[in-house]
Amino acid sequence: MKSLCEKYAAKLAAQRLADPGEPLIGGLDAELAWNREDPRTAELAKVFDLLSINSLVFSRPAEPYAAIIDFLASRHPETIRPQDTETRTFLHDIPVCREFTGEAVAAHLKKRKSVIIPGQGIASFGTVTPEQGFVFYSSTIFSCFVLFFSEYLARARAGTLDDEYREVFASVSAGLSDPCTEPPALAAGPLETEDQALAAMAEAGRAVVGYGLVDSFFGNISCRLNDVVHISQTGSSLDELEGCIDPCPMDGSATTGLTASSELSAHEDVYRRSDYRCILHGHPKFSVIMSMDCARIDCPNRGQCHIKCTECRTMDGVPIVPGEVGTGPTGLCNTLPPAMARTGAALVHGHGVFTAGATDFNEAFIRLLDIENRSRQRYFETVKAHE
Amino acid sequence: MTKLFGWTGVVLHIDLTTGQATREHPDPSVYRAFLGGKGLAGHYLRPHATRETDDPALPLLIFAGPLNATIAPTSGRATIMSRSPLTGGICDDSVGGRLGTQLKRAGYDGLVITGRSDVPCGIEISDGDVRISGTDLWGRTSDRVFDRLESAIPKGASLACIGPASENGSPLGSILVDRRHAAGRGGLGMVMAAKNLKHFTIKGTGKVRVHDKNGLKEAREEILRLTAASPVLLGRHGFSCWGTGSIFDLMDSRRMMPTDNFRRTRFENAASLNAAAYKKRFSPRRHGCTGCHIMCKKIADDGRTMPEFETMSHFTALVGNTDMELVMEANELCNGLGLDTISAGSTLACLREITGRDFTPETLLDGIREMARGGDLGQGALHLAETMGRPDAAMTVKGMELPAYDPRGAYGMSLAYAVSTRGGCHLRAYPISHEILRKPVATDRFSFSGKARIIKISEDMNAAVDSLTACKFTFFAASLEEYAKAFTAVTGVDMTGFELLEIGERIYYNERIMNAANGFDAADDDLPQRFFTEPGTSGGGVDIRPLDRETFLEARRSYYFIRGLDEDGLPTEAKTRELELD
Ligand code: SF4
Repeated sequence: MKSLCEKYAAKLAAQRLADPGEPLIGGLDAELAWNREDPRTAELAKVFDLLSINSLVFSRPAEPYAAIIDFLASRHPETIRPQDTETRTFLHDIPVCREFTGEAVAAHLKKRKSVIIPGQGIASFGTVTPEQGFVFYSSTIFSCFVLFFSEYLARARAGTLDDEYREVFASVSAGLSDPCTEPPALAAGPLETEDQALAAMAEAGRAVVGYGLVDSFFGNISCRLNDVVHISQTGSSLDELEGCIDPCPMDGSATTGLTASSELSAHEDVYRRSDYRCILHGHPKFSVIMSMDCARIDCPNRGQCHIKCTECRTMDGVPIVPGEVGTGPTGLCNTLPPAMARTGAALVHGHGVFTAGATDFNEAFIRLLDIENRSRQRYFETVKAHE
Repeated sequence: MTKLFGWTGVVLHIDLTTGQATREHPDPSVYRAFLGGKGLAGHYLRPHATRETDDPALPLLIFAGPLNATIAPTSGRATIMSRSPLTGGICDDSVGGRLGTQLKRAGYDGLVITGRSDVPCGIEISDGDVRISGTDLWGRTSDRVFDRLESAIPKGASLACIGPASENGSPLGSILVDRRHAAGRGGLGMVMAAKNLKHFTIKGTGKVRVHDKNGLKEAREEILRLTAASPVLLGRHGFSCWGTGSIFDLMDSRRMMPTDNFRRTRFENAASLNAAAYKKRFSPRRHGCTGCHIMCKKIADDGRTMPEFETMSHFTALVGNTDMELVMEANELCNGLGLDTISAGSTLACLREITGRDFTPETLLDGIREMARGGDLGQGALHLAETMGRPDAAMTVKGMELPAYDPRGAYGMSLAYAVSTRGGCHLRAYPISHEILRKPVATDRFSFSGKARIIKISEDMNAAVDSLTACKFTFFAASLEEYAKAFTAVTGVDMTGFELLEIGERIYYNERIMNAANGFDAADDDLPQRFFTEPGTSGGGVDIRPLDRETFLEARRSYYFIRGLDEDGLPTEAKTRELELD
């Protein structure tokens, strides 16, 4: 348990979601173990007494995330309700807890998967492994980031910005790291054998995480080899894909895709409709923000854009489609494949970007990176035009 | 009494000796403490838990939950519970079909059947009307009972019955519900037979009062969104499209398909016997329990019920058969005779190992028929193996035959099998969820690290799920957080997911208390020796070693500690008091 706690503490730092040495992760089997010593563990240990959990993740996020969550908590004193897909599907909303006591934290975690404690950090838990707490923590940061920038843009459009928001926005924006513009040199195609395909997928997955185009979870990646789609498994970390790729025959002769990413259907249909061989799916933050930005303030579908939008929206020519995770009548499996097959890239409202390549992951990666950088540029241009 | 929301507030007691039906209004605190379904049934079983299974006073309990007959997803299930004639311990089966929904609509949270009719009988419940009458269907197979009664009962009614196996005293006897759903495990059919009860019908026309319809709608949407995002449930390769058999390919690739009575873990012919092969051959259509959008059940184009994953696996790999049609026939035959397919397959595999004789299609089907006649074969694998002087060949825990997940390929599963209150059952903690299906996150299947607590928490969770009553499969995607919201919306009782988990803990501990009263202790929380001494079938980069006995025992010790049991696995006074079970 202790080594798992240490692993996820290191991962939080490596992904710049927390400063090194900040995270406190506790794991409980027969005994409670922490990744490191800290006086706050005495208080946090009470959460284990009050809830039937086996792990707790607590940390102050790295900047600019800490400033973002504290600001949002001041604007939404009880609950923060981001509108992106990750929140809508998995988190529902994020409660704010005003006291750093085991009792108060436990009371909030009783209801939701993570809680923000202003000035202190974010706490989340797992009932199976610390990995769950890590995922909830990272999703909370992602969702808050998206909400912070989306709300600012919406207010700028509506002319309702106030000085405090402007000030925090300026300092948070100044704290953003510079965008990466140089793509990596990934294995060159054609990818002809299973070994080549699997190695190329693992390499591309690491690069997507390394470039900050996804927070290791919730993205996915696939490669078509003859009539078999090799795809990352559900909930796998894109930077640790070795052994976590499922071969799924397109002729329906096996059901090994049971553990495949929930987007298998969408990937398969893109391959059926096109000659692409590789697909990358990430959640780059500004692409997600821009996918949700819409000038039609009086649209009757407001609030349900993620499933009901009928407009042909684009971000710099890249189509933006509605659709929820996975299958189902409003699933992105229906909307994404036609858009992707046409252009090789598409954004899903509030969710992320899919890009394809004809021979290897270089083309898909360059598109993904380019879409994010262009989204970021458009975001700040749009804000400026309305400020 | 103030009217309840969600629950009906009425438990119907039927005494088959006197023919009397009485209505009881349990105190609302009982509902809060035990929810419904498995929990409430366990509460009613406790005072009688040590009665012999043919004692007329031993109740057969049929309970719905607070969510039945509402729009909460997959809430159409019910619990049937009693003491198991197979294990001697408690036994509850979660069963689908229309049973739970009709029971609630008829105005009851549960049914407590006691006594013994002088002659074989059937019960017919239609809202407030309860009739007990003699039946001439004793001795008939379940399909005959359905054929005869289905057209005679009101449309939409739920019909349950037993087959000849239970009547002939086989503790592998199941209860068939609405033709295609079985309360299979633990021999509850035999308890029904001991009451001379062949069938019962329930039809209700009432509605369940929901406290907050909008809140329930919101919770429903959250759950539906999560299940749509689940590859296992609604994905292209998931249960909805292929049935539970879709797990077959994974068990093969993970090298944990029990083969030749668990002597090996890989079946060379698996690729041609998977769900895709059945789909091609039998063009199944979807079917499900009332109120379910997943619809994991399948019906073949010729109208036969498609086998579940465990049946597919046990009637091929475990017994050395490669004929799909024979699996279909064995499944039909078991259901018709009222035999649990998992136990039946496993008992035949045990016989094959001991005699060294392979089955032909004829001898396999004959074996099933013989089981239903109630002789040695029909008493289950443990009895058979002991009678034949080879107790080591019985792949059972607490006398219940193991299902189709080899414990050497998933260590959490091995612990879950061992400590399960029901015996060799995969559904109590269901660690396959994270060890194989990666939900809610993946865990290392070849490690006991952290597993003791995970097993305990999942047992509590599933106890709550079976008490609500929802379908466990939904929890590959949703969690108690979303179901707590649905529960609160339906009942008006504020509840968080963690509070449901606490109730789950009480419900599960109550089962340990009942089992302890029947003499179960640590010696019963164990696996067959084979798993500690013989390896599985390694290969394809996977090494299937025997389980390390010491590490297993260490994990079991941790489990006892975490569960609040003493070193012998027995309930403690302190924990019993803490959970208000004294
Ligand atoms: S998933 Fe299957 S077993 Fe569960 S409720 Fe639906 S049809 Fe019934």
